[in-house]
Amino acid sequence: MTTTVTPAPGAIARFFDGDVWHSFKSSPMAITAAVIAAVCVFCAVFANWVAPHNPFDLASVNLSDSRLPPAWEEGGSRRYLLGTDDQGRDILSAIMYGARISLFVGVASVLVSMVVGVGLGLLSGFAGGKVDALIMRVCDVMLSFPSLLVALLIDGVGRAVFPNAHDTLAFGVLIVAISLTGWVQYARTVRGSTLVERNREYVQAARVIGVKPSRIMFRHVLPNVMGPVLVLATIHVAAAILTEATLSFLGVGVPPTSPSLGTLIRIGNDFLFSGEWWITIFPGAMLILIALSVNLLGDWLRDALNPRLR
Amino acid sequence: MTSPLLEVKNLRVEFPTRRGTLLALDDISFDIAPGEVLGVVGESGAGKSLTGAAIIGLLEPPGRIAGGEIRLDGQRIDNLPYEQMRAIRGRRIGAIFQDPLTSLNPLYTIGRQLTETIMTHLPVSAEEARQRAIRLLQETGIPAAEERLEQYPHQFSGGMRQRVVIALALAAEPELIVADEPTTALDVSIQAQIISLLKRLCKDHGAAVMLVTHDMGVIAETCDRVAVMYAGRICEIGPVHEVIHHPAHPYTAGLMGSIPAMDDTRERLLQIDGAMPRLNAIPAGCAFNPRCPQVMERCRRERPDLSDAGRTRAACWLHAQEAVK
Amino acid sequence: MLAFILRRLAQAFVVMLSVAFIAFMLFQYVGDPVASMLGQDATPEQRLALRADLGLDQPFPVQFARFVGNALQGDFGLSLRQGRKVSALIAERLPATLELSVAAAVIALAVGIPLGVFAALKRGTFASQVAMTVSLLGVSLPTFLIGILLILLFAVTLKWLPSFGRGDTVSLGGWTTGFLTVDGWKHLILPAITLSVFQLALILRLVRAEMLEVLRTDYIKFARARGLPNASVYFGHALKNTLVPVITITGLQLGALIAFAIITETVFQWPGMGLLFIQAVQFADVPVMAAYLCLVALIFVIVNLVVDLLYFAVDPRLRIERPAGGH
Repeated sequence: MTTTVTPAPGAIARFFDGDVWHSFKSSPMAITAAVIAAVCVFCAVFANWVAPHNPFDLASVNLSDSRLPPAWEEGGSRRYLLGTDDQGRDILSAIMYGARISLFVGVASVLVSMVVGVGLGLLSGFAGGKVDALIMRVCDVMLSFPSLLVALLIDGVGRAVFPNAHDTLAFGVLIVAISLTGWVQYARTVRGSTLVERNREYVQAARVIGVKPSRIMFRHVLPNVMGPVLVLATIHVAAAILTEATLSFLGVGVPPTSPSLGTLIRIGNDFLFSGEWWITIFPGAMLILIALSVNLLGDWLRDALNPRLR
Repeated sequence: MTSPLLEVKNLRVEFPTRRGTLLALDDISFDIAPGEVLGVVGESGAGKSLTGAAIIGLLEPPGRIAGGEIRLDGQRIDNLPYEQMRAIRGRRIGAIFQDPLTSLNPLYTIGRQLTETIMTHLPVSAEEARQRAIRLLQETGIPAAEERLEQYPHQFSGGMRQRVVIALALAAEPELIVADEPTTALDVSIQAQIISLLKRLCKDHGAAVMLVTHDMGVIAETCDRVAVMYAGRICEIGPVHEVIHHPAHPYTAGLMGSIPAMDDTRERLLQIDGAMPRLNAIPAGCAFNPRCPQVMERCRRERPDLSDAGRTRAACWLHAQEAVK
Repeated sequence: MLAFILRRLAQAFVVMLSVAFIAFMLFQYVGDPVASMLGQDATPEQRLALRADLGLDQPFPVQFARFVGNALQGDFGLSLRQGRKVSALIAERLPATLELSVAAAVIALAVGIPLGVFAALKRGTFASQVAMTVSLLGVSLPTFLIGILLILLFAVTLKWLPSFGRGDTVSLGGWTTGFLTVDGWKHLILPAITLSVFQLALILRLVRAEMLEVLRTDYIKFARARGLPNASVYFGHALKNTLVPVITITGLQLGALIAFAIITETVFQWPGMGLLFIQAVQFADVPVMAAYLCLVALIFVIVNLVVDLLYFAVDPRLRIERPAGGH
């Protein structure tokens, strides 16, 4: 009996044949979530081209068009599909630009958290001993403080220390504030995985051969721990976006010149009782859409990567 | 001949997966007489534990019984609704699992776990149940039984825990015990004690035992008959002494041959080439044919049923040929 | 066990000291209390005099010691924004926040735990999918948005419930409570629900996940193999094991509740500590910020300690006992 030799499928082919992709295809929720998230991200990133107006270009904003309801209501206009705010800015465009700011802060915070957390986790798991104990102690203390409080404090302190801050600095402080609360989860997870991998034969073999510990950490251990880290990161993005929105809503988030969705909601809140609900509701809806779809994706990813549930 | 306590006829268990349905147990048939100890031996993945799970009605979904019957004392139990099966579990069929550490609820005292089981099945008062529990613990050789009732599982050593598990399985006086690898998780030094305890207690209480294990030594010591499983099928079944010393099926012969004896003068361990096939790649005909040293053309085409092979019954064309004549 | 308590107390002490240190640093380096109190056009002599008065020219450890000493007596000085004693301000606002947090915690537990158990037991059914989706919404909606939506629905559109303030309260000694008046309850409902949603969703998902894990264990399989009725298996064996880790997380969440109260109080103009804190952050009112920080840290530490003790009471494996004997 002759056997034919077929070349092993490449990584991309394997991915599409694998359980993760199959699980994705068969989960309508995951597909819907991914589509919604993609649309939101697209609108946010390409807001300059997609948005019908530029609400920050003072020249194009018409005060006489202020407080218009959405297009399908009495008094609305096709030009401003979702209505306008008290300054005459188009809500639809505002939420696209706002989403961009929100996404930017959210993703940046998660990236910083991830780098810091994964790095410290690897270090902690690998080095062991006092270094490990110290880092874990810090984690414990940080975990017992609610993230919002820490973020508020850092932001407040930042404000007091740099009262006339440049916008970039304000963003920087905000991102640092949000990341500072998120890194602990990554550190713990990665440390746990590192401890497990560290005792595996392949690591011990590498050590015996004389491979440098840092190389072992990054080339061998890191790829094995990325699964749970990815799940964490996805869910964390939603949480970071919501934290930023909360801080901006409370007035201590992004600078007022770059309003995020949270800022827009805060502005709109003042008009709730006078019946102009659209100024706050639509930014709110966009925020919910983004957070919900990202959370759904994270949930699905966690189930898909969990070997025990297959 | 007394009628068998447990009859399994043509049992099929399948697992629907997204890549197709896997047949984990393919046409299994055997009997257990009252008070008898039947060993079920085979490699990991051969289907031994699944057989036990199917009998007590605790197949993990998506696994399901796809055909055949299981009868306890003549009454069918494989198609009973959950509540009726639950009444049988514990009361008429007891079970023992492999790991005594995880078999006991860490948050309940063992006294509570014992009396709860007793009172679920037997119409006794709480005090009477407690007395029964103490007696059971004493029977399983646990000293200071009365104090031990108030203790938690983590306060017992591994061997003691398994004794507690045995006590729990026997608590409602079942007629059959399904023991799934009861000594695999224990220290070798305690294994012998626990196995002889199990055998003695079941004899005292008149319970039959289906002992699932991959350890031939345990089988030889304890069982009356033994069934050898391979790839979800039974390939040989018969009295223990015969199967061990006069195996009719080449797989059984290979198994027995690969166990070194104290007086063995061979220099190398005997080995059967290849490995047991995965469930989604079972060969046509006899499942063992790719590895069999005495394979014939017929083995690759037709699957043999269990048939008389002299001292034992074996599913092998070597012996069935006589019947064809 | 005594050793454990002592160790935890020592940890708590270290945490409190670090927090006090951070609070003190805030005082020292954030903003200039002298400038805020005297204004822009004070003379250098006036500044120096005030500095001496406030003890700002003493060496660092002395100042810190003074700070800690004052803090232990509850004295954090005067609020920069309102000029009143910080301790008085906080004492005024504390009951409001505590009542709100407790109400929200009760809602989160009373609804979250049963729903979580339900979602685990009826896994795969439509009802459990609904419960999971609702819980997902709960963690995807920021608290402030929930508050706004509730206000929009119940206060603006339906006009059933009030949308700000605490309503009529009753003074009992130093404590003002809204629990004793119908008006107080009407004002409490929306903020309490808003505050509870996030915790409720978390508890629901946690209980469900834990319960599913527990249902997979060998001892549950063994319990079923012994023929125990479903009620015993689920609500006796499984539930007890599920709740043990839930206790810790819930205890920690209580602390988060007090922090989240900041948001809820802002949306509903609820006169609690959280609102005070936000106003302090916006104004850079350092004494209030520092005092709030220390108080919250204290509450945290106490809650953590209680949770640890509860853990001991519930899980027999943690109690130190004589070693197992025999085979």
